[in-house]
Order: sequence, then structure tokens, then C-alpha cells
Amino acid sequence: MLLIPCPWCGPRDETEFHYGGQAHVAYPADPGALTDEEWARYLFFRDNPEGAFAERWSHAAGCRRWFNAVRDTATNRIHAVYRPGEPRPVTG
Amino acid sequence: MRGEHAVDDLPDPPGVLWRAPEPRRSYDVVIVGAGGHGLATAYYLARNHGITDVAVLERGWLAGGNMARNTAIIRSNYLWDESAGIYEHALKLWEGLEEELGHPLLFSQRGVLNLAHSLQDVRDGVRRVNANRLNGVDAEWLGPEEVGEVCPIVDVSPDVRHPVLGATYQPRAGIAKHDHVAWGFARAAAELGVHLVEHCEVTGIEVAGGRARAVLTAGGRIAAGTVALCAAGRTSVVAGTAGVELPLQSHTLQALVSELLEPVHPTVVMSNAVHVYVSQAHKGELVMGAGIDAANSYRQRGAFHVVERQMAAALELFPVFARAHVLRTWAGVVDVSPDASPIIGRTPVDGLLVNCGWGTGGFKATPGVGWCFAHTIAHGEPHPLAAPFSLDRFTTGALVDEHGAAAVAH
Amino acid sequence: MTRAAAGGRIDRSRVLRFRFDGRDLTGHPGDTLASALLAAGVRRVATSVRFGRPRGIFSAGPEEPNAIVQIEEPFPEPMLTATTVELYDGLVARGLSGRGRLADRPDPARYDAVHAHCDVLVVGAGPAGLSAARAAAADGARVIVADEQPEPGGVLLGLPGGVPPGSLAPPGAVPSGSLGLSGALPLVSGESAGPPGAEWAAATAAELSRLPEVRVLPRTTVVGHYDGNHLVAVERRTAHLGAAAPAWMARERVWRIRARRVVLATGAHERPIAFAGNDLPGVMLAGAARTYANRYAVLPGRRAVVFTTDDAAYAAALDLAGAGVRILAVADARPGPNGRWRERVREHGIEVLAGGVVAEARGTGEVTSVVTGDGREFEADLLLVSGGWNPVVHLFCQVGGTVRFDDGLQAFVPDTPPPAVEVAGAARGLTSLHDCLADGAAAGTRAAEALGGGGSRAGTGRPGTGRDRQAGGGSPERRGGVRRAADGAPQANGHALWLVPADDCSTHFVDLQRDVTVADIRRATGAGLRSVEHVKRHTTAGTAHDQGKTSGTLVPAIVAGELGVHVREVGVTSFRPPYTPVSFAALAGRDRGALHDPVRVTPMHGWHVERGAVFENAGQWKRPRYYPREGEDMAAAVLRECRAVRGGAGAMDVSTLGKIEVRGPDAAGFLDRLYTNLMGTLRPGSIRYGVMCRADGMVFDDGTVIRLAEDRFLATTTTGNAAAVLDWMEEWLQTEWPSLRVYCTSVTEQWATVALAGPAARDVLSGLAPRLAADAADFPFMTWRDTEVAGMPARVCRISFSGELAYEINVGAWHGPALWSAVLDTGRVTPYGTEAMHVLRAEKGYPIIGQDTDGTVTPADLGMEWMISKKKADFVGRRSLTRADTVRRDRRHLVGLLPEDPGLLIPEGTQLVEHERLPAPPVRSLGHVTSSYLGAGLGRTFALALVSGGRDRIGDRIFAVLDGGQAPVAVASPVLYDPEGARRDG
Repeated sequence: MLLIPCPWCGPRDETEFHYGGQAHVAYPADPGALTDEEWARYLFFRDNPEGAFAERWSHAAGCRRWFNAVRDTATNRIHAVYRPGEPRPVTG
Repeated sequence: MRGEHAVDDLPDPPGVLWRAPEPRRSYDVVIVGAGGHGLATAYYLARNHGITDVAVLERGWLAGGNMARNTAIIRSNYLWDESAGIYEHALKLWEGLEEELGHPLLFSQRGVLNLAHSLQDVRDGVRRVNANRLNGVDAEWLGPEEVGEVCPIVDVSPDVRHPVLGATYQPRAGIAKHDHVAWGFARAAAELGVHLVEHCEVTGIEVAGGRARAVLTAGGRIAAGTVALCAAGRTSVVAGTAGVELPLQSHTLQALVSELLEPVHPTVVMSNAVHVYVSQAHKGELVMGAGIDAANSYRQRGAFHVVERQMAAALELFPVFARAHVLRTWAGVVDVSPDASPIIGRTPVDGLLVNCGWGTGGFKATPGVGWCFAHTIAHGEPHPLAAPFSLDRFTTGALVDEHGAAAVAH
Repeated sequence: MTRAAAGGRIDRSRVLRFRFDGRDLTGHPGDTLASALLAAGVRRVATSVRFGRPRGIFSAGPEEPNAIVQIEEPFPEPMLTATTVELYDGLVARGLSGRGRLADRPDPARYDAVHAHCDVLVVGAGPAGLSAARAAAADGARVIVADEQPEPGGVLLGLPGGVPPGSLAPPGAVPSGSLGLSGALPLVSGESAGPPGAEWAAATAAELSRLPEVRVLPRTTVVGHYDGNHLVAVERRTAHLGAAAPAWMARERVWRIRARRVVLATGAHERPIAFAGNDLPGVMLAGAARTYANRYAVLPGRRAVVFTTDDAAYAAALDLAGAGVRILAVADARPGPNGRWRERVREHGIEVLAGGVVAEARGTGEVTSVVTGDGREFEADLLLVSGGWNPVVHLFCQVGGTVRFDDGLQAFVPDTPPPAVEVAGAARGLTSLHDCLADGAAAGTRAAEALGGGGSRAGTGRPGTGRDRQAGGGSPERRGGVRRAADGAPQANGHALWLVPADDCSTHFVDLQRDVTVADIRRATGAGLRSVEHVKRHTTAGTAHDQGKTSGTLVPAIVAGELGVHVREVGVTSFRPPYTPVSFAALAGRDRGALHDPVRVTPMHGWHVERGAVFENAGQWKRPRYYPREGEDMAAAVLRECRAVRGGAGAMDVSTLGKIEVRGPDAAGFLDRLYTNLMGTLRPGSIRYGVMCRADGMVFDDGTVIRLAEDRFLATTTTGNAAAVLDWMEEWLQTEWPSLRVYCTSVTEQWATVALAGPAARDVLSGLAPRLAADAADFPFMTWRDTEVAGMPARVCRISFSGELAYEINVGAWHGPALWSAVLDTGRVTPYGTEAMHVLRAEKGYPIIGQDTDGTVTPADLGMEWMISKKKADFVGRRSLTRADTVRRDRRHLVGLLPEDPGLLIPEGTQLVEHERLPAPPVRSLGHVTSSYLGAGLGRTFALALVSGGRDRIGDRIFAVLDGGQAPVAVASPVLYDPEGARRDG
């Protein structure tokens, strides 16, 4: 079970959180202007790296705030957490 | 009943399974991943299409990924016509596979119950039974009492938190011994001239002029007329080396077994609402699985709370399991697609074909997908049963949404 | 009897009676079932699974592969090792043949779980573990020590009194003696200067327990070690009490421990050697025999031969000799046995066969003689075997540590540790007591220091900080591998002997529990298998109850021999949790029955129960499905309830509908982005029905939206989706549109809501709410009013889900029962449940999201194009509605169906086809029946269905596929009852 450092509440067990998939996938400014292919990319295509992954979590059973984390999907180690809207931090 | 000492011993696989070949520098077809799907594809390429200049490259030991880790449930009672087509094709092949391969697979058609715990589960179950019948898939709807007759240890009393209101039943469904399935295909493919190369990780796919030309491995470059991915949870990583992006997310999926127990569980039981699936394997161990761990992961180690929840769910259904013991837990990495259906066929790179997105349910499809994917490779055109599972469905929106049938999946 | 008159850690003053395989036997507190059986002279305990061979007791701990038993009383429990079952009065057990039996009755015991956090978790309370705990605690760390045994001490419990402590020992009273693994000076019973090890352990544990920040957990096995130093342990609290276990106490308790650092002091397992007949009762690990002699005062035999590859077995031989066992010979496979040991045993008249092996254990049912490699046959009933020691690296590997093969020790030892994990003592290959004590202390100090000098009291850093990781790195010399003793001499003296060669290896057992022999391994390698994982699967070695604890190094070593490679190239199979088997019930804990999933009930629930309502589960809610009267079945009750609504007035408890208050200056714009239709134009005081889609354009939820004020809305959701809709709103707000000033609050449980429906509803309401202007003109459809109903402040909404004149009366949850009673006490209102509601709404063609939709249905499929706003640029899902597949004309549309036989009720879930006679499969389905009822308003049966191109088929005759044949049905508009909406205003 991951120990996830909520930026607002501190480290908590994974069971308190809800997973939100890849971070930094912005809702398109004008979906109507997109081709079907572009819209399909927004809907269905997400990065799936083995390694550092910027992803979204919600502290669903805590403060209910969303935040982002950089986690290594090969080791499950969390390298950084940051608030929505902040740029992805550089991690080692 | 089996006698106390006459535990069903696993049958001896035939003498020689396969030998490690010296890889050539070039093949007509290179299949990436020697799991069940890769091995079955290689076998049917050789058997159905006469294509034997084939290598199956495996990063670890043969069939040591999800093939070694799944709960080995076989069924074809999927909702949509597209799914029923390919899974039922697979089930028909399963029914003749021991003879076809000349290999003991411990294929046991002991039936599967998919339990309903709410009125909506009942509607969905009845709908699926009726859809299955139109597709020639054997299916029955059972009331709670009939569920109790098929599987007496299921608690069908109305006073539990999520009472059993009925179940779909597919009598032809069952289980098989996963290792034997892999070895059966491996042996048969090797006998037809296919090269099975273990400990040979594909680190890249060489693309030139929009076409896949070769795979790169630690042991060097291997040229290929066609590169076919059967890499399950690692598909995104391998395809990414050719610049191909796929709508897949890799997740950890856990399963476990108990110690050997006298026969108590005659069938396979799955429940979406309480989230568990369980069978009793040939030797007597209870084999159980649960849902995927939530977060993307390439780690073959899951989180323990998932197992704890799974146990709670299991005891709700099977109170007699209380003092059974978990002997071993493990995890695999599955590639999940947006509609819980596979992706089979061409990619934007010519000569690079994928078979992926099987999520938690790939084992049961093994012979069927091998058959269809081999056809797709041989003809450069999707097999009709594979055609609905093309990548472009995500653009058109023509999804094959099996979340209902596959929610716990498999 | 083979029990010594004195000695051992058993309480002879009390006698425990038990029954095994039908024989009534006795033992004492302090016994395990295994020691009591040995004391009673029971040699054959179980039968092997594959060959039906007799099996005895092989070890003295959880690594036992042979003595697998079924507990029958006080409650059936399958597949326990006799070596770990503490004896209790009234125990009834029997030996198994590899398979256990589940109880045929429910387990009455309770189970529980605990969360714990600590600075340092020490796994194992042997010499290294206790030293580590003491050192860490001395540094101020919060410490938990968990140990599987009933009392602390680990291997010390099996040692006799000891020899003087050496110079490496930490200050204070330290135990004396050798672990018997190898290396240190010989020790023999009776030689003692320091306190006996077990006493030191007890005193140390007591000292630790007195510290406020230290917790010592006996009978607690750490079974899993997961990422982030999350460890799972199982504490056995009452099993050792048998029938005397208090019912109130949890039988087993799962500890979920989050540790900032972990010290693994898990010890080592002795391993066997493969030779002919090595499975016979009477063949026993040397260390185990020593434990039985010292700890339990039991002699496992009278005449013994020792077969060893290291020094450890000599100590065992001497202890047993001292206790009265005649040791006939020590066959030491090493060409040059340790001279000091050899001298020592010779002093006791024991012959040492240098370079000797045991070729065969002979006997029928048990060992009666032992044949050595030189052909001599010794009449013996006991054969002690020591093939070396395997560090217990299970937890270490579970969490990602890697091992390497140590040639000195001839075993796999920890190599690269995972973050924040230390390994100490025998678990990393140390073999002398002095070294283990010192190593444990050093590991404990390192762990505490890594926390920032003083553990919790000083440190505030979180696990995984840079500092932590740096400290966790350590130097390879400190952290892994076999340390060298102070004098620099290698301590390990392992000798590679895995099997005694023979032509026929069919009784050279490798995995005793799975009956796997060297011959089986040869067949696997002969089949071309080269991976130890393949061999494991081919032979099943290592997959049994002990998960390869005794076979785990033997198998790869023999495979290596067959393949002609070094064992390090073969490696080990994966170590997978749990370390020892864990009962399902322990893991399920309290999450059983009502606590498996919380039950939610409305404020009026008591009334429903009292009136005999039949409930359905809707999400976590209990909702009345119908209220049967005397003699009524469901159909009769539902018909009566429907007629009441269509003909007079009915009341339904709809408190379960989700209610979300959406508030803030940007609330209107926010809702416009989520609902398909316009909410921003809604006026305060009014209500609008809305539909939400997922981004893929599929309908996700529906409900009414009330505008309470310019900046304040109340959105209702379906019962099952309330949490999901709130999550959905918050996700968009926080992650996509954080600039919007909107707050969402769930108020579902703040309100109790009664739907009052039927032509008489206005009359009834007026009577209860005299101050409300209830005329259609004053209180039009889709508006709401704040007023008083039955004297309670209420918000009344004029909405209808039945097509009848209807109101939803909302009061504070506290007032719910009073409101409900007031409505029913008018005597004019019939309570109705969800089933009648379903019929009534279906007659009007109102879909139920989740029943008439399945996640593949668009608003247009539901015939709700009118719900898709043309005025706003976007809403979530809009773009998906113009894709190739979502604009197909033959998509499945929600339509009505009228069976040609107006009395035929078509089951929900029935498939629909074009063919009057069903052709052979596969047959293309046109769609399926989503809802089907006998309509009170229609006076006939009808259905709703999703039908391909359904709106273009209205009037067509299609066929429902029923068990008895095809039933013709007419496709119709989904709105079958009162299509002009005349009844809405009463």
C-alpha cells in the first residue's frame, strides 16, 4: 500500500485516496474544433510509461482535494507531490 | 469423490518440451512475448499458414509473465456479439486443444457462475444469457436455489448483506492448467520449427520508411518481415520504441491460492458486486483473484489491502472458507483498454501488429486469439473475428464496451 | 515415553489431554503438538500426498514440510504444522495426506485488524532481533518487535545453558552459547557462565516491554513486507487456548504496520540433503532434534546417526548424547571436519566418518537403520541431517531485496537491500551468537540513527526523505553479505552437498510435502527446462504449504548440477507473501456481514420495516420495493400501489436521491458545462430536469436541478450515483476549472423527502400546508416553494416522475418520520415502493439511468435531443456526439414495446430480433428489453427497450426471444401513458 504525501494533510495510506490517471491532460479549449482523431486522443490516449509518471490523486477520504504526484511506476516510489496548476517538478 | 491418497497428480507432460535454439539474424515474423498469446500465435502461424520462419522472443522465462500468474478461467459468455465471436471461437478450440496439441492441459469444463446481487445485476445477467444464446454460447439463468445446487457452498440465504439473487451459468466454461497450456503450444510450435528464445528482451523496434524492419535486443538486431506484439502489460513500452502510442494503461492484478483442500468447490464462481472469483484447482487449492490495483504500475507486487478486501468478499459468499489459509499471493501486470476489450491488428507503422488490451481476461482467449492473430499476420488483414477490435474504434466511437461483463473480469 | 524427567521449557505441573489420530495422549504447557507427539512416541504423523508414504516430524518450526495436521476440535482447521500448534487441553487432531478439510459450519470466532506506526519494526525476537530492538529503543526510537513464537528468544529457546560471553558481546547480561550454526566454540549442556539464552531473552523482552514506546508482540508472524515499509503481521491471540478461548477476544488480529525503518532479524532455516529414503519418520533436521531435546525435554529417538555438512550438527549430537541418545556416528561430508568438534564428539565415544555420507535411510514406516556411503549399516531410529543453513530472506525479497549466492556459506544471502531495511544476524548469514548479538545491536542503532538521531522524539522527517534514503544506502560492506568475524577469519564453513548420488533417485526427496524427488527434477531438466521457475512448475517443488522453506536452495542446486552450471546462475524462485499461511478469516477481519458494506437507511426506515416492506438494495441504501398486504404477492401489491397513485394519491420515501448543493458566483456557468442543457437560464424558484454525460458522450446521470438563488443550486442525482456525481463535479472544478468560484456540498442526508403523487395530491398537500397557494397557477409545474407542511418547515417541489400531479416535500432529516406519518395519517395516501415507481415512470417513458441505459447510450439514443442545448458552445461529452459511431442512424434507441398478447409480460433482459422463426446462431440482435411491467394506467403489459434504429421502426412488428418461442411485439413510442401530459396538473 502506497504511503501518499497529500500536500495538504501529509502522508496517508493509499486507501484514503482516489486515483485519477495521468496529470496535465487539459480539457481542450474548443472541443468542437478538433478532428475525431484529436478528440479520440483526448478521450482515450494516456501516457503509460515504465518509470516517472505525473499523475492525479484525490484525497477522497481526507481533504477531498486533488493534487498531482510524480511516481515511478516501476518502483512505486513517489518523488514529488504538487498542487493542480503547478508545473511538473523536475525529479531525479 | 477422490480417494484420500489418490490426489489428482498432474499428468506428466511429454518427454521433451522445447530446446533453446540459436537465434537467427532474420525471421519472417518476430513475435514479442512468449506468453500464451505469443506461443499460440506462433503455433497457428505454422500450423494454419505454413509460416515457420518465426521467432518468439521472451524477456524472461517462457510463459513467465501473466500466463504464469492468471487464475486460468475459461469462458465465452460475453455480452456483445463481437466479444462472443472471438471468445466462443476460443472456447471451441479449447474443447479440442488437448488432442490438437497432443498435450495434457487439465482442461476441465466445470462451468462458471456469474452471481447477481442486485435487481440490476439480475437484469444484466438475464440480458447476457439471452444475448449469449443468440450467439450460440451456452448460457442459463439460475435462481438462488439452483445456484445452491450447482455450488452448494455458496451462501444463497437471503439475509446476507448482498444476497445472491441468481446467476448466469455457462456449463462449458471451466479451467485449465496454465503452465501446461503454454508448454503445449510451445512444444507444438517448436516441433513445427518456430524458435522460442528466452531471456531475449526487445529493447527497440527499428522503423524505416514507415515500416517496422527489425527488433533490437540485448543479443543484437533481428530483422523481421512482420513484428507482432503479444507483450501484455509491457505493450506500451515496446510499441513506444516504434513511436506507436496505444490507449492502454498498465495495472497490477493480484491473485492467490490456498493450501490443498478436499474437494468443496465444483465449479467457478465470479461475483462483480462483491468482487471476487474463485475456483478449486485440480490438486485441491482454491485459486482466487480480485480487481486491479487502482494506480498505473509495472510492479509485479500488489498492495495488500486489495487482498484483504478480496478475502472479506470471499467469505461473504463462501463462509466455509473462513479457516482456509492463503498460501501464496502474487501479481501480474495487465494492459487495460478504455472499453475493457482487446486491441488486435494494425498500427500506424506498417509491419507492426499488436495484440493487446486484454486486461484481466486474456487467458481464456489464448487459442482463439492465436488463431485470429496468426491469420491477421499471415494475410496482412484482420481476421473477421478480430476486425471489430481494431485501433480505429477509439476514433469512430464504435467501442465494444465489456465493462459489464468484465468488471471483475476474467 | 521419551520425555526426560527434568529440564526443558515445559510445565510438568499441568497435564494437557489431547487426541491424535484417535489416540488419547497427554502433554504439558509449553509443548507444541509435535513435541507432545514425539514425547508420546508417535513417529508417524502424516502421509505424503503423492505416494502415500509415512511421514514424521522433520523440523521444529514453521518450515515443517511433513507433519501437516487437521484440527478437528475445538473447531476444524485444515493444514496446520504440528510444529507450530501450541498444545492445549481438548485438542483433537489428525494427520493429513496433503489435503485438509474445511469446516461444514460457520466459524464462530472473531477476527480483527490493527493499524500501527513505528520508527523501527524489528522482525524476530531472537538474539539479533532483541539486540536490535534494545539498541533502537535506547536511541529513542518507537519500536515494535514481532516474533512468531509464544515467548521471545528465537533459536535461544532451543539451546542449553551456555559458555562465557565473548568479547564482542554488548555490555550487560548477555546470553551465552552457540547458535549451533557453526563457528563458535563447542558448547555442551551444562557448561554455563552467562545466563541461559532463554532467560536473557525473557529479561530483555521484559525490559523492552517496560519502555513506553516499545511494543513486543509474541505469537505474531510478519507475513508480508510491501512497498513503503508497509508490513502485515498476524497475531494469534487465542488459538493456543483451545476451547477456553474467550469468545469476546479476536482469535487472530492482523497488524498493518507502517515502519519508518525495518530490521529483519528473521534467522535461518536448516536444510536437508537428498538421499534415498530421506523422508522416513525418524529423519529429522539436526537443529530441530536439538530443540526437541533442550526446549521440550523430548528425545526424538534412542539410537542416532548424524549426517552433516557443517559444524552445527555436532552441537546437536552432543546435546542429544548428553540427554541420553546414543549417537552411533557422525557422517561429515566434508573431507576435513572441524578438528575441535571432531575431538569433542570423540570424547563422547562418537565416531566421525570424515568425508562420509548417508546413502540410505531404511525401514518400513520409519527409520530402523541407516546405511552410510561406505556400506556400513547402523541400526538406528533417528537420523539427524544438516545440509547447511539458509538465511530467511523471504520478507527481504518480497519487498524487492536481491540475494546472491555465498560460496562460503553455500546459501543465498541478502545482497542489495530495499530502502530503509536492515538485515541482522543469521538472516544475513552470521553464524555465531556473539556476532548475531553485535550485529543486531549495530542494526538497531543504524536504524534509529537513520531517523535523525532520536527517532520520533526528535525526527519529523517522513519516510522516503532524502536523508532517509541516504542513510538507507550504507556501505555494501556493512549492509549485505556474510560479515567477517573480528579476527578476520571467514565464519562460514558451508560445504556443498545437495544430494548423495545414486542410480535410483526416486526416493531422494527434495520437497517432502509435494513428494518431489531428484528423479522428478531430472525429468524436468531432461524435458529441456532450464529455468528454476519452470522446474518448480513442472515438479511442483516449492509450491506446498511450506512454500519451499526446506527445498528452496536444494532445488536450484540440484538443477544447477544437472545443467552443469553454478547454482548462482540458476538462482531462486520468487519469494511471495505470505511468509507462513494466513487464514482467510484473519484477512477478512471485521469486514463481514453488515460491516462488509455499510447499510444506509432513510429517517423513515423504521416505519417501512414496521409495515412489512420488502426492501431492495440500491447502492448501499435499503429502499422499500413494495408494501405487501395480507395475502398479496408482489404483483398484486405493486398493482394496488400503482392504482392508488393513478387514482388517488400515493407517497414514496425518496430521501435516498442524491442531493448536492452547488453554490458560488460561477455556479450557473459550472452547471452549464456539465449538464447537456442550459441551467444558467433557470430562474430562482424554478426547477429543470438535466442530463449529464461522460466525456465520451454516454449518459452518466440525470436528475432535477433547483435554482435556490442566483448563486445557489440544488442538484439531485440518482440514488446509486450520488457519490460519483459529487466526485465528478469536484474533479472538474479542481483540476480543469479551478478559477470557477463554486463549492459543492453533499446534503443528501440532511433532507428527508416524500414524493406525493396522484390526482388527489394537491388536496392532500393543501390540507397539510394550509399556507401554501397550491393551485396550478400559483404553484406551476417545475417550480418550488418554501412553506410549512404539517407544521414543519419544508421545501416543496412540483415535479413528477409518474406523470401524475405530484410534489416532492423536503424537510430536515430529523422531521422525516413526522412528515411521513402526517402524510399517511391523512388516510388518503397509499405508500408505494420502488417497484410501483418503476412501473409508473415507465408508462411515461422516463428512463432509469443504469437500467434503461448501460454506459453505451447517448442522450439522443434516449430520444432526448431536446435536452442537448444548441445555445451553448460546449458541455462535457458534446464533442463525442458527432463521431461516426454516435451519429449512426441504427444506434439503439429507447422505445416502447407492446406485446401483441396484452397479458404477456416479457422478462427484462429479453433479446429482440427481426425473425419470426429463430435461425441458427449467430443471430443478430436488434436490442433488448430494459424494463417490463404490467401497467396499471395502460391496463396491459408493456416494455421499454433499446432497439437498433428503434425510432424508425415505430409501428413495426419484431420478436422477443423467449424460452417458449418468439413473441411478436409492436415497437411504439416510449411514452405510452397520457402522451399529451394532461394529468400533470391534476
